[in-house]
Amino acid sequence: MSNPLISVRGLTKVFGDFTAVNGIDFDVAKGESFGLLGPNGAGKSTTMRILAATSTRTSGTVEILGKDPEQFGPLVRAHLGVVPQQDNLDNELTVTENLYIYGRYFGLSKKFIKNKIEELLEFAQLEEKRDVKVEALSGGMKRRLTIARGLVSEPDILLLDEPTTGLDPQARHILWDRLFRLKEQGVTLVLTTHFMDEAEQLCDRLVVMDKGSIMAEGSPAGLIKEYSSKEVLEVRFGSDRNKEVAPQLAQICERMETLPDRLLMYTEDGEQLLEQITAMKLHPTTSLVRRSSLEDVFLRLTGRTLIE
Amino acid sequence: MNAGIDVPQIQRFGALYIASARLKSMSKWRTIIAAVDIGNPFFYLIAVGIGIGVLVEQGSGTSGTNGIKYIAFIAPALLANTAITGIMDETVFPTIEGFKWRKLFFAQNATPITGRQIAIGVYLAALCRAIFSVSIYYILLLAFNVVDFGVSILLLPVAVLGGGAFGAVILFAAAKIEKDDQFFNILGRLVIMPMFLFSGTFFPLSSMPIYLQPIGWISPLWHATELGREAAYDYGVSNLMVIVHFLVLATLVVVGLILATRQFEKRLAK
Repeated sequence: MSNPLISVRGLTKVFGDFTAVNGIDFDVAKGESFGLLGPNGAGKSTTMRILAATSTRTSGTVEILGKDPEQFGPLVRAHLGVVPQQDNLDNELTVTENLYIYGRYFGLSKKFIKNKIEELLEFAQLEEKRDVKVEALSGGMKRRLTIARGLVSEPDILLLDEPTTGLDPQARHILWDRLFRLKEQGVTLVLTTHFMDEAEQLCDRLVVMDKGSIMAEGSPAGLIKEYSSKEVLEVRFGSDRNKEVAPQLAQICERMETLPDRLLMYTEDGEQLLEQITAMKLHPTTSLVRRSSLEDVFLRLTGRTLIE
Repeated sequence: MNAGIDVPQIQRFGALYIASARLKSMSKWRTIIAAVDIGNPFFYLIAVGIGIGVLVEQGSGTSGTNGIKYIAFIAPALLANTAITGIMDETVFPTIEGFKWRKLFFAQNATPITGRQIAIGVYLAALCRAIFSVSIYYILLLAFNVVDFGVSILLLPVAVLGGGAFGAVILFAAAKIEKDDQFFNILGRLVIMPMFLFSGTFFPLSSMPIYLQPIGWISPLWHATELGREAAYDYGVSNLMVIVHFLVLATLVVVGLILATRQFEKRLAK
């Protein structure tokens, strides 16, 4: 990658005797939407805090816009927009006051911020809430405001830690739409998520993380192609029978994962596989053919599901 | 990036940005702050000035207080204590809130603002609150005819210095607190209250048994009170002790702020 905005080599962060991040490498290019996908405790948030030029690292090198964030914290942070996992808005202030004060922390002129606020209120669909105290907003609105706040300084890179965790499906879709617009405008996005659908929707490229290490890297489609089959047949026989029939079924598909409640059979043609099972006179109580997802990639790489 | 971010300017004025944001938050509570800052001295001056003061002066005249009216004798202590409690409110709550409850400091630190600037900004805003509270108190002292307008105005900076000394140390303590369960109870009942009672507030420290006097020596309230008495009434504190009182308070400000800014940076960098 020529001239990456972010370049990370051998990044390690140790808390006491716990290694949160264990020697990871990656680059992020300008205009790219880059994801860190992994379960809770994978080291994603720790990595994000280091990228945000706030947290220190134990070893390795990090360059953001060509600068070491540990050495040039304020200079690097001037180019970043940060959306933390937990909204840290000032509840006592109104929507516009929050945006205004945050803009001042970047030393921006009053005039610039005033104009910017109008643009951000529209982007966050909060025009009608402009003079409402933050504590009265819904979870989705607070999230959109936190993202708007992160954009007040027109950052080169927007860092989003678990942007839709805790939101209801409708609020998530609104947020994805907003983030997609930013992506279209060419804002470089770096986001962490443990939702595979979110990663598929928003990321051009991602790394799969587990226990502080990177397990795989690629585009969502590329990873699925590399680590999974085209389709997945999910069958349930009831919790006791699943294990019983598993050895038989394993022989007729490329690969199989036995979960507590269902069997996942990896294949190029799910319908055909289902017919085969019926022909074997094994009658699943439910069956579902779907295409492979990043969840399957994660399962293949770690033997565990993303959300446990 | 074309928003016009001026990092050197933020490095110079960042603490002031934080202070002005804190003042904005405080202004949301202006009614309560004003009620407390007016009500508190009002009740005190009536109860102590009219009630206890009369009793003391009937008992021993002003012989125990170097010839000063009892209410005037305790006025510097009341002022310094007002600065102390005002600063405490505006450092302890925002700090625990900033690190723990709402994590505002982490939002501020995601900008070019540093932990050091956040600590100093919180402290400066708290000093503003102390100046406000002490000024109101001083006006009431004039209104109740406890002090005469003039040299007694020196009581204001002295009280604010006392509050600032305590505030710098408590800012560090608040930044250290990970679990806030009993912090406020302990602080209020086992630090503020004994300090208020045993710092030569209501009687000269020298009238206490020697083994209780060290509470006064380590108390910013005592140092500020003695300085205030000397400044306003020529109470008879030696020049050497004036310097000692001043140096103790100034040292607490400097040491407290060094520790607090380091602790802010350390905790934000975790």
